[in-house]
Amino acid sequence: MHVVGVAGVAALQVATIAVGGLVLVGLMRKVRARVEGRVGAPIVQPLRDVRKLLRKERLRPQFSTWIFPLAPVVLVATVCVAALMTPLITSRPALGAGSDLFVVVYLLLLGSAMIALAGLDTGTAFGGMGSSRALTIGALAEPALLVTILALSISAHSSNFPAIIRATLADPGVIVSPARLFALAALLIVIVAESGRLPVDNPATHLELTMIHEAMILEYSGPDLALVTLGEAMRLALLLGVFVNLMLPWGIASSTSIARVALGTLVLCAKVATVAGALSFVEVFIAKLRLFRLPELLAGAFVLALLGAVSGVVAK
Amino acid sequence: MTTGFELVCGALVGLAAAVGGAVLPSRWRVAATASLVIGACALEMAAAIGVLATGHDARWHSVALLPSTGTTLLLTPLGAIFVILVALVAVPAALYWTGYAPHGMSGRLTACGFATFVTVLLLVPAAASVATFMFLWEMMALTSLALVLTDQSGREAARSAGVWYGVITHVGAAFILAAFLLMTAHSGAQTFATLESHARTLAPGARAVIFLLALVGFGSKAGVVPFHVWLPRAHPEAPSPVSALMSGAMVALGVYGIVLFGNVLLGGGPVWWWLVVLALGGVSALYGSLHAANSTDLKKLLAYSTTDNIGLVLLAVGASGLFVATGHGRLGALSLVAAFFILVSHAMFKGALFLAAGSVQVATGTRDLDLLGGLLRRMPQTGALFLVAAASICALPPLNGFVGEWLLFQSLLHGVNLGSTSGDVAVPLAVAALALTAGLTIVAFVKAAGVGFLGRPRSPGADDAVEVATSMRLGVGLLVTMCVVAGVAPMTILPALERAVRTALPRVGAGPVTHGLQLQLVGVRGVLAPTVLTASLVVAMIVVASLRRGLSRRRDVRVTEAWGCGRELVTARMQYTATSFAEPVQRVFDDVLRPVRDLDVSHAAESRYVIESISYRSHVDDRIESALYTPVIKSVRRWGQIARRLQPGSVHRYLAYGLVALVVTLVVVAVTA
Amino acid sequence: MSIASAWRTVRRSHRVSERLQPNPDAVAGSSEIVGSLQLRHVDAGSCNGCELEITSVFGPVYDVERFGARLVASPRHADALLVTGPVTHNMVGPLRKTLEAAPRPCVVIALGDCARDCGVFRGGYGVVGAVGDVIDVDVTIPGCPPDPTIIIEALRGLTRR
Repeated sequence: MHVVGVAGVAALQVATIAVGGLVLVGLMRKVRARVEGRVGAPIVQPLRDVRKLLRKERLRPQFSTWIFPLAPVVLVATVCVAALMTPLITSRPALGAGSDLFVVVYLLLLGSAMIALAGLDTGTAFGGMGSSRALTIGALAEPALLVTILALSISAHSSNFPAIIRATLADPGVIVSPARLFALAALLIVIVAESGRLPVDNPATHLELTMIHEAMILEYSGPDLALVTLGEAMRLALLLGVFVNLMLPWGIASSTSIARVALGTLVLCAKVATVAGALSFVEVFIAKLRLFRLPELLAGAFVLALLGAVSGVVAK
Repeated sequence: MTTGFELVCGALVGLAAAVGGAVLPSRWRVAATASLVIGACALEMAAAIGVLATGHDARWHSVALLPSTGTTLLLTPLGAIFVILVALVAVPAALYWTGYAPHGMSGRLTACGFATFVTVLLLVPAAASVATFMFLWEMMALTSLALVLTDQSGREAARSAGVWYGVITHVGAAFILAAFLLMTAHSGAQTFATLESHARTLAPGARAVIFLLALVGFGSKAGVVPFHVWLPRAHPEAPSPVSALMSGAMVALGVYGIVLFGNVLLGGGPVWWWLVVLALGGVSALYGSLHAANSTDLKKLLAYSTTDNIGLVLLAVGASGLFVATGHGRLGALSLVAAFFILVSHAMFKGALFLAAGSVQVATGTRDLDLLGGLLRRMPQTGALFLVAAASICALPPLNGFVGEWLLFQSLLHGVNLGSTSGDVAVPLAVAALALTAGLTIVAFVKAAGVGFLGRPRSPGADDAVEVATSMRLGVGLLVTMCVVAGVAPMTILPALERAVRTALPRVGAGPVTHGLQLQLVGVRGVLAPTVLTASLVVAMIVVASLRRGLSRRRDVRVTEAWGCGRELVTARMQYTATSFAEPVQRVFDDVLRPVRDLDVSHAAESRYVIESISYRSHVDDRIESALYTPVIKSVRRWGQIARRLQPGSVHRYLAYGLVALVVTLVVVAVTA
Repeated sequence: MSIASAWRTVRRSHRVSERLQPNPDAVAGSSEIVGSLQLRHVDAGSCNGCELEITSVFGPVYDVERFGARLVASPRHADALLVTGPVTHNMVGPLRKTLEAAPRPCVVIALGDCARDCGVFRGGYGVVGAVGDVIDVDVTIPGCPPDPTIIIEALRGLTRR
């Protein structure tokens, strides 16, 4: 019964991230549309898009290799494994023992690196351009991210994610400690940068020369594009899920009883939707930063993270 | 204590290989020498495994070999893992050599030099007296110098690389010798055991001087900033099996030297020593990775990334010393395990990458990434192996580089609040350095793999490339297999590393990591389950791939021209090159790198609004080299010019010198007597 | 403009989009694209009149995105090509290449009189012919330029929303 329960919750986490991620993208577009005075596409539009893409033809550029079809699979697979590790609905995820924030970060990095390779694999100008830009931003976001993890781990004496969540639940005062607040601010900037949202990248741009992430995936079509879309949506949902559970861990299920898990799912969706809606609302009012202004933003995130780590040490 | 029988046998087989390389006819030369080298590696490895398994050191002493001092070999568990490390690179490199030899590495001198180099590398970690150590260390430097020069001695770049390497390595050796001499002067004997037992009674100032001398000496061999300048010159010019050995194994022995002095001979030191090591490591890691991200020469990129990786190792060594000095022995042991793990991983993936780079050079005739491309289609196996090795050096799960960085991150993470102010400041900065290095390494190696092996070929040489000989692929494949095994099942090598750490830090009790199916840190909370991680990743990929197959309505894949905005002519020159790929990083770190950009626009005679031609050149120089070495070289040259005036070629003048010298001597004798 | 003043502007204007009748009749179009229609716009030689109307169709007032239509940057992502203008000599190749670069099924929409029958540019020295002369057209939207409501009607016919 216990094994079945754990497996069921694990499957539910992945499914919630998959379906919820796509709905989340729809929700963010909807919020944006409403703030702009438009009606906007239905919230389930990304689900329809993915369904349609699965029915379409797969194209492969002439000079590409096995990297090209492999990259979307790796992207989605890494997010799935990360979702199995992360305490989202339950505080005891299936791969919880080895669940380390460091591991989650590097898993997501594996997906990014594969997509960047796929961009170069197409042999086009835009693919290489997107890879180069995306990796530059990734490299600059990395210090902020790892120092954030360091800051988050100080109070729990571990970078094990479930342990951090449990420690936070046991001592909620940690949430308003300077260490946690600085770390969360840094984490939010990094999430915006890693998921390619404004002001780092404009997901709705049609101009190739302003693209970062879109440029890498210009060659994907049909089911491959469906996987890339799904992977990106899942990654956004996962990162936001990590963020909200570090900020407000309440509602997370501590057992596998159906009521607790159902409540956990609902609470998670509500928390993520709120944060995503707020992000999307702010996005309407800001413009994309120039590529070479981004280091300043990410350096700011790094300073915040470092402040978090240092104040965490000082508070001890 | 065992007799060290295998140790001596291995050395003898290695010597036989060297003699064979020198005398055998060309038909069997390479095959026979390579087999003997592999045999020597196997024997030395057996000795090392014996030491690790039994816990008894292997000892051998002979009064005969070195005049007046004799030869002392003593293989401790610490040395044993370095012997294994050398053998892990040397066996695939020798295998690779059998295929690579026809491309300019089949001469007598090269064969003899290669065999001697491997043998000496295998013996250095077993040297247990000053004379033995310095003899082997110098042999190592000389044979590798000869190998850098042999086959390409006609080329200006190789000559210059040889001079740089020769000078730096010998200045480094002088520093090491000075450190040893200070210790022997105090202890009165020259075996390591005596040095160690007398080191405690040394004055703190003397200990510090000895440590710093050793740090500079071994740091120059390890390629640490600012002594790294020989790496990006010598590694590209050496034949690839030699580059693999130099970068994978020889550089690691520099770290061995630092651990030998800092932890074993001097038995640890105050906090500031280790902060220096930590800072040196962090700066090296950042500087190396930044230059690797900006290099377009494939082997130069790998050379800079060696500085980067060794920097991370020193970061871990420094953290280890820091933790031990502040009384957190177990954490220090964890850091040292991380250092050794990264070092062993580095030997595996850097060896593989250098060998694969050699294959690329053989197949295409160039190392310039801006002229490569599309090699994965033309050299599918070498390409795939390069990709895996690149993923490994990028520390992507589930490969060995990832496990190493996880261990290092964990040790740093648990070292933040130990109560020492210096540690509290140093550790978050170390984490930041580790992270930025990791990010830049990914830029460098996605560039190397993506621009070099994917896309379309950018030159006829790359277009005509064909897969290289089987033995060359086998050599690379062996190392890549090790990368995968060490990543998926790190528990296969961790016990050996822990035993070595116990030798280096004898006062720390139990090992810092327990390892069943998962790695569990002892004393602090931290668990990594690499096997489970790999399994779930593989299962997830299979599920996702079959979902893509099952849910899509159309099974066929149409191959089309890449989308070029409807343009009629889409050529390979429209792709991003390695230079353009690195441009954003170069611009972000403009202040550090100071790239030189020349833009010449010439206008047509009739109007300056009509442009006739534009030429653009940009290159990134090593600023440490220009700021630190150029003035030294200039002043040496100036003094040299002055000294030349003493030597005009006139016999009369020389006779006068002799007379003056004699008179001065007599006067001095007369006055002092 | 600060966020506060932007928010006030948003509050004052409320919803800008016009209300449209539900239920358009299903017309020619593949069942694959029901509810989701990604468009790649190809200007084959237009005077840009049609482009202005396309812009307003995706703008706040007409907001065709609510029916599942969206402009995309690559023909690889597209379900339909939205072709405007008569096809000029230089655009024959790129137009064919764009269609070839799009995954099947791909609907071709000829938007505007020029795309339908060359319009006022008929017989021009740079003009090869209407879109239909170069590639097979599935949907034609008449008008010079077409009224946004007509464009929306045609697109809703494809998405059936």
